[in-house]
Amino acid sequence: MGRPLLTVTVMALTTKSASKPASDKRTSGKRTSGKPAPEPTRPKRYPPSLPALLWRSTVGKKTVLAVTGLIMVGYLVAHLVGNIKIFFGAEEFNSYGHWLRTLGGPVLHYEWALWMIRVVLVAAVVLHGVTAYQLSRRDIAARPVAYVHKRRRASYATRTMRWGGVILGLFVVWHILDLTTLTVNENARTGHPYENTVATFSTWYGNTIYITAMLALGLHLRHGFWSAVQTLGAASPARERALRVVTDTSALVLTGGFISIPVAVMTGVVN
Amino acid sequence: MSPTYAQYTEGEPVADAAAPPGDISERWDRRRFTARLVNPANRRRYKVIVVGTGLAGGAAGATLAEQGYHVVQFCYQDSPRRAHSIAAQGGTNAAKNYRNDGDSVHRLFYDTVKGGDFRARESNVRRLAQVSVEIIDQCVAQGVPFAREYGGLLDTRSFGGVQVSRTFYARGQTGQQLLLGAYQALSRQIEAGNVEMHPRTEMLDLVVVDGRARGIVARDLVTGRIETHLADAVVLATGGYGNVFYLSTNAKNSNATAIWRAHRRGAYFANPCFTQIHPTCIPRSGAHQSKLTLMSESLRNDGRIWVPRAHGDTRPPNAIPEDERDYYLERLYPSFGNLVPRDIASRAAKNVCDEGRGVGPGGQGVYLDFADAIGRLGREAVEERYGNLFEMYERITAEDPYQVPMRIYPAIHYTMGGLWVDYDLQTTVPGLFAIGEANFSDHGANRLGASALMQGLADGYFILPATIGDFLARHRPEEVSPDHPAVAEAVADTEDRLNLLLAVGGDRTPDSFHRELGELLWDECGMARTEPGLRKALERIPALREEFWRRIKVPGTGAELNQSLEKANRIADYLELAELMCLDALHRAESCGGHFREESQTPDGEAARDDEHFSYAAAWEFTATGTAPVLHREDLEFEYVIPTQRSYQ
Amino acid sequence: MKVTLRVWRQPGPDATGEMVSYEVEDATPEMSFLEVLDTLNERLILTGDEPVAFDHDCREGICGACGVVINGQAHGPERTTACQLHMRSFADGDVIDVEPWRAAAFPVVKDLVVDRSAFDRIIGAGGYITAPTGSAPDAHATPVPKPAAETAFEHAECIGCGACVAACPNGSAMLFTAAKVVHLGALPQGAPERESRVLDMIGRMDDEGFGGCTNTGECAVACPKGIPLQAISSLNREFLRAARKSA
Repeated sequence: MGRPLLTVTVMALTTKSASKPASDKRTSGKRTSGKPAPEPTRPKRYPPSLPALLWRSTVGKKTVLAVTGLIMVGYLVAHLVGNIKIFFGAEEFNSYGHWLRTLGGPVLHYEWALWMIRVVLVAAVVLHGVTAYQLSRRDIAARPVAYVHKRRRASYATRTMRWGGVILGLFVVWHILDLTTLTVNENARTGHPYENTVATFSTWYGNTIYITAMLALGLHLRHGFWSAVQTLGAASPARERALRVVTDTSALVLTGGFISIPVAVMTGVVN
Repeated sequence: MSPTYAQYTEGEPVADAAAPPGDISERWDRRRFTARLVNPANRRRYKVIVVGTGLAGGAAGATLAEQGYHVVQFCYQDSPRRAHSIAAQGGTNAAKNYRNDGDSVHRLFYDTVKGGDFRARESNVRRLAQVSVEIIDQCVAQGVPFAREYGGLLDTRSFGGVQVSRTFYARGQTGQQLLLGAYQALSRQIEAGNVEMHPRTEMLDLVVVDGRARGIVARDLVTGRIETHLADAVVLATGGYGNVFYLSTNAKNSNATAIWRAHRRGAYFANPCFTQIHPTCIPRSGAHQSKLTLMSESLRNDGRIWVPRAHGDTRPPNAIPEDERDYYLERLYPSFGNLVPRDIASRAAKNVCDEGRGVGPGGQGVYLDFADAIGRLGREAVEERYGNLFEMYERITAEDPYQVPMRIYPAIHYTMGGLWVDYDLQTTVPGLFAIGEANFSDHGANRLGASALMQGLADGYFILPATIGDFLARHRPEEVSPDHPAVAEAVADTEDRLNLLLAVGGDRTPDSFHRELGELLWDECGMARTEPGLRKALERIPALREEFWRRIKVPGTGAELNQSLEKANRIADYLELAELMCLDALHRAESCGGHFREESQTPDGEAARDDEHFSYAAAWEFTATGTAPVLHREDLEFEYVIPTQRSYQ
Repeated sequence: MKVTLRVWRQPGPDATGEMVSYEVEDATPEMSFLEVLDTLNERLILTGDEPVAFDHDCREGICGACGVVINGQAHGPERTTACQLHMRSFADGDVIDVEPWRAAAFPVVKDLVVDRSAFDRIIGAGGYITAPTGSAPDAHATPVPKPAAETAFEHAECIGCGACVAACPNGSAMLFTAAKVVHLGALPQGAPERESRVLDMIGRMDDEGFGGCTNTGECAVACPKGIPLQAISSLNREFLRAARKSA
């Protein structure tokens, strides 16, 4: 058998150590390979717990990023299916809104299921954001000097993941203030989601914010969904083509589906 | 008038005292049993320096560390994984007889002695053949991805000079895969703290204290610092000296400094003129050429070598009809055809080019044609066997070998000569061992294909780790004081030499001297040698050396990464080694293997060996720079493989 | 042909560097890119300037020593190593930018030379099969199905040049690490250390200051040996499997 797993050295992954300038570590520009392994920045525990293993390595953290991303994609699909009801009139849409609050009843109390979903979603958003932030800090630190000869090869979607993520984060805050808490929606009335939605999309800024965010979502999904599958180790040459099709289609359907609503309001299909 | 360099004197014969007598098939087992052992608990107290991390050095470092010795290892590259063993393409021989085609340990032994034109030591070669079997087991266990058949068993192929299929391979990258196996084993020991690895550090001198090798002087190539490292034994695994020719298939930085400095400190240098010219290299394309690229000899399994029948035929190859082509190897050597040993294939190519039938720019090339193989096997099969080689050829020449025959020409590839060692692989300096291409013992005057990897691995994994223990067990682990006068002297010599190189401030670059020396050697001590040519070279080399020390220009300082200084220092040693090579070639007035003296050939132009006068290994003892060395003969006895004139016809 | 080389010059690890322009007038299409650097260096020595330091050795594309970023691409415009790149890939009069690998884990030593010893330490952490000399069973004791042997070989081809790290916007060593994990994992001989290998190697990779993978695919495009991007997915799968089994 191999060596005992006691030798596992999965070290703490703090952005602090990663962002340390390279010159701090090596003054001579040369280290012999015989140098002992770098000191762990946090004491090892054996066996390391699964969360610790995940949280302490880049690959583990990316797993968290991928899983939380996929949770949100799942939510978006459900969300879109619900939103489409707006095309069938105020009554159907509003009763769907009401059903959401009574979901799980009579076993679950009013809004309990909804709150459970919200808790999961908030956890996903926070974990997604925190891991993305920490990994990004680390990635930027790992390439401290840029090439003089600039050359871009990665796709637009790939390069805009970070800023796209920030835009989406800000959008989610606005979206909740606008249509959930109704804080920033001037004409909002509690219990009338159809009318509130129409109100939002009757303003130029509402449409602009929403459509911009949905385009960012499309780009984010186009790289993110494929990337998540890759990170979870589920990609394979045989699946590559199918995976690309699923990724592009889902990005297109979600973006198009969500954007269809403000467009419908603007064109008067929904009013 | 003082004697010239060529007026060497002859000293006492040198004999291999380490090989036990008796039946040859039992000698290795007997030697292993008679070797004294070091108590496992004591091994940590012994420090062993290993210079080089190729197949021999990497394997030895890992194995010695596994045994419990404290290993201090060096390589000039930035990583042990880059040693030039990595570039070996074809494969490694082993007498496994998995093919049931009549192979055996004895046959591999026989083929190797015969292939070496009866200038190798029988007991060493027999051991090599015996150990070859274990190498494959070891490498497979390490995860070396050898080629396999659909049943999951190992595939083999045949190589030049033999009629059995005993070459194990990993596409055209066998050396890479074997080296990475050794490198990974070494890395494991580095991580465990058993090997202290010094990459980017070059050995510049040997420290000999009271007649025993006790350490090395090395230069940290990044900081320029001169360091001494002291130990209980020193192992040189620094490869061959083919780069003395400037253009060769060796890596650009492969060099002879370690073995040459050891030679200057007392280690005999054996058969320096035995150099191998590989027949299938890509011809040079111009004066800028910095090195030559080898195409695996395995190409000769399916490719057919030819030149036009007519002199000066400049038609494109595909426009030359079949009956106007001369498949000269098939014509001259009907039974081996394109698979004759390397020395014969190389010389035949030189002959047809000298006749004016060479092809390509400058007429220095012959065709290696795959049209028949593609017709017979289909393009796909050819692609599977040689795809990466074809790609490499196309990248370098911009010609597609599936459409146009390749052009090949011989190039310096391997050096059979090296430091003289006994059966224990110990040099004439006690405590100094030489393994792999750095020693001389196994290939005689010509090495068979796929035998270099076998020898490096045999020496590194199995032979040295068994014999060095006997030496160490006879000596207590004692420290040498770094203040010992011998240590200080070696350091001072090295510093003086580097300072001198930096101080000359002349008007010629290191490379310009290297090219000039290389051309001289290629012309006079290359594929065919003559007495007048060698005498001319022996006159020219001291003059060139004198000019070197007067006109060399090395920019920068010694206290930094200075690649010009590294080069100049290596060339200074080549300028001494080249002289010994020419002398050795001059004194050996016979043709054998890769050493072809035009004065000694059969009526049909084959090499004529002179066993009556030259059945010995020539071990040279250094006296002083430019001064005639002393020859010590080691007479070769052939009890099991009776010398015959090699015939591959 | 005449080309202008703009080369990164940096006297030492802690010195500041800059791009310096040199003209090489006597290049020919048959020359390799490194031979053009040789030609430039010969001239610099004679004019009393410092020649450009660059790593190189075998010049056959197998040792992995050479590696510079040429016009923003690791190893230049062809999918090969810098030593196997020929000037026929450029046009007369081209201006060619030559820079060292850029990554925090690969600090510059001098000019175009960088320190890649972090790769050695990743291998040392677990990139091997423990098989001490003398302990091996007969080579045919364990048949290896041909597809597994092929997978192992294709990933074992990695030459450790570092182009993947140089090309990755995050300076990530995932492709390098993946190649070794997939190579050894594909073979039955590698099975006993399967979990510890991947956990230890990834742990060391992170410690050395390499960035994470964001699946940009740049590494696989730059790899002169064609290690597929898929290897990274396999590495991730191996990691998650090992994490599950070990936790």
